[in-house]
Amino acid sequence: MFDGLTGKLGDVFERLKRRGALSESDVQAAMREVRVALLEADVALPVVKDFIAQATERAIGKEVLRSVTPGQMVVKIVHDTLVEMLGSEPEPVDLNAPAPVPILMVGLQGSGKTTTTGKLARRLTQRDKKKVLMASLDVYRPAAQEQLRILGEQTGVATLPVVKGEQPVSIAKRAMTVGRLQGYDVVMLDTAGRLHIDEALMAEVAAIRETVDPHEVLLVVDAMTGQDAVNVARTFKERVGVTGIVMTRVDGDARGGAALSMRGVTGCPIKLMGVGEKMDALEDFHPQRIAGRILGM
Amino acid sequence: FTKRKLDDATLEELEDLLIQADLGVKTAAKLTANLARERFDKEVTSEEVRQAFADDIAEILTPVALPLAIDPALKPHVVLVVGVNGTGKTTTIGKLAKQFRDQKKKVVLAAGDTFRAAAVEQLKIWGERTGCPVIAGPENCDAASLAFDALKQAKADGADVLLIDTAGRLHNKAALMDELKKVIRVIAKMDPAAPHSTVLVLDATTGQNAHAQVETFRSMVNVTGLVMTKLDGTARGGVVVALADAFGLPVHAVGVGEGADDLRPFDANAFARNLMGLE
Ligand SMILES: Nc1nc2c(ncn2[C@@H]2O[C@H](COP(=O)(O)OP(=O)(O)OP(=O)(O)O)[C@@H](O)[C@H]2O)c(=O)[nH]1
Ligand SMILES: Nc1nc2c(ncn2[C@@H]2O[C@H](COP(=O)(O)OP(=O)(O)OP(=O)(O)O)[C@@H](O)[C@H]2O)c(=O)[nH]1
Ligand SMILES: [K+]
Ligand SMILES: [Mg+2]
Ligand SMILES: [Mg+2]
Repeated sequence: MFDGLTGKLGDVFERLKRRGALSESDVQAAMREVRVALLEADVALPVVKDFIAQATERAIGKEVLRSVTPGQMVVKIVHDTLVEMLGSEPEPVDLNAPAPVPILMVGLQGSGKTTTTGKLARRLTQRDKKKVLMASLDVYRPAAQEQLRILGEQTGVATLPVVKGEQPVSIAKRAMTVGRLQGYDVVMLDTAGRLHIDEALMAEVAAIRETVDPHEVLLVVDAMTGQDAVNVARTFKERVGVTGIVMTRVDGDARGGAALSMRGVTGCPIKLMGVGEKMDALEDFHPQRIAGRILGM
Repeated sequence: FTKRKLDDATLEELEDLLIQADLGVKTAAKLTANLARERFDKEVTSEEVRQAFADDIAEILTPVALPLAIDPALKPHVVLVVGVNGTGKTTTIGKLAKQFRDQKKKVVLAAGDTFRAAAVEQLKIWGERTGCPVIAGPENCDAASLAFDALKQAKADGADVLLIDTAGRLHNKAALMDELKKVIRVIAKMDPAAPHSTVLVLDATTGQNAHAQVETFRSMVNVTGLVMTKLDGTARGGVVVALADAFGLPVHAVGVGEGADDLRPFDANAFARNLMGLE
């Protein structure tokens, strides 16, 4: 489907046959290809425009090294700019707060919140030796609470016992109380999937946030997300104060442009990646890897 | 509305609108070029241009707007529901079950997702909601043999429709795709024509990866139609235009919510108008 940006840019410069410093028109010709590459990777259009402006500014006037072609030079500038925008420094999930540290998981329906809750709880338990309690605040999706309970059983992480009919804000309160009384280090709160335009449900998650004052609010998003990523990220950030992003289904073959879109509009770091359905399929975010993928390299 | 000449700047704005609805760069460029050919330099309002786009898009979509037709002679008509993780397969089965029940059909559900935590319980709740029996196996049982048992049961009960749920799987995972092929092989032992329909469920928030999903599922398990879910959000699902152009697969229905009644027929005109931001 995509021949690789290097090849395409090679063609552009082949036609131009330029040497020396990158001229404005060279760079603009190349950036038209970069624009297409980013859009094919599902980077949202407004973010593409910002990115192109930045990368263009950096590229114009750059001396082309004798060892490389102008095409390779532009690819390197684009790649480096992309890595920088994605966040070169890893930002781990932060637990630097009085125990029990509340972590709130939010996102659209089916993005992978419950699965990621299980994975992160398992990692915090096994790798970081934390005592973790998980609670499902999803009273809507059929068998959602049961799903989290089973994941708890599979990973050996405690789940808050379900009280029939209890509403999300009360469940959150009870989870924090249990967390405090029983000496948990971390309380992970899994919420129901919701559309960012669903006023009632967004108000609900805002109320949950008010109640527990979470130390981390992780927005869980699917790596396959298209142009809508910017609307989702912006609204969740505004309404619930997202502190980090988790990208799921990175084990698929989507180019993952949503990572750049979300990072671009929220400035929130991408903290983790889901790379499978199993409970150990969680990794730290690798900006290099995602940058290469977005560019089809 | 103020009229203005359809010039390059206006065309670019319109192309941007299409791209932001996930139509993809190529399709957006193609549609824009068509419009330019017909109307360039003519005085047009923005409304007229959008309407012209909507008409072009509706023309592409109209041939694929086909409901999932159940053959009453099959008893049961076997529908296999497939797709990548979290798109809305199980929920769509619940909604389809509701529609068929409203048409007085006898429906059986098969809990073929034997992998994901509480997938069986989830489908069982949909069975209760819609008054349909759910055939399920023990934990982690083989999906293919479960499907086989369900077909046997549905036949014995004289059911009109058997809806088989499957675990979400990424199309690029060969082992999981083989597992799906096995489900088909095994049920074909009892009814060589089964599954009579294989429905791929796509999430409207998905971008260009939908192409790869359709391509792979179609070539591996002979997808016969699509359902697009989550159109109640702000994602417009424009990728379906390119898909219709490339594959011509029927789009049976769209999901517009999480409830049992939130499934609508795919309406080419309404969809096209919504894509172009026309009410
Ligand atoms: N391949 C793959 N599948 C994943 C990943 N993360 C989650 N999933 C799958 O995605 C599907 C949905 O995951 P859930 O955790 O139920 O998603 P959710 O956001 O909790 O869904 P709702 O609560 O309904 O909004 C399941 O089939 C998971 O197994 C991942 O990183 N890779
Ligand atoms: N807003 C909205 N949500 C939907 C729609 N269809 C499904 N959902 C929600 O999306 C989430 C995932 O739906 P499921 O039916 O579990 O998806 P699935 O494809 O069976 O998931 P896996 O079996 O884990 O692969 C649930 O929270 C559903 O309620 C829809 O049309 N609109
Ligand atoms: K999804
Ligand atoms: Mg969930
Ligand atoms: Mg399912």
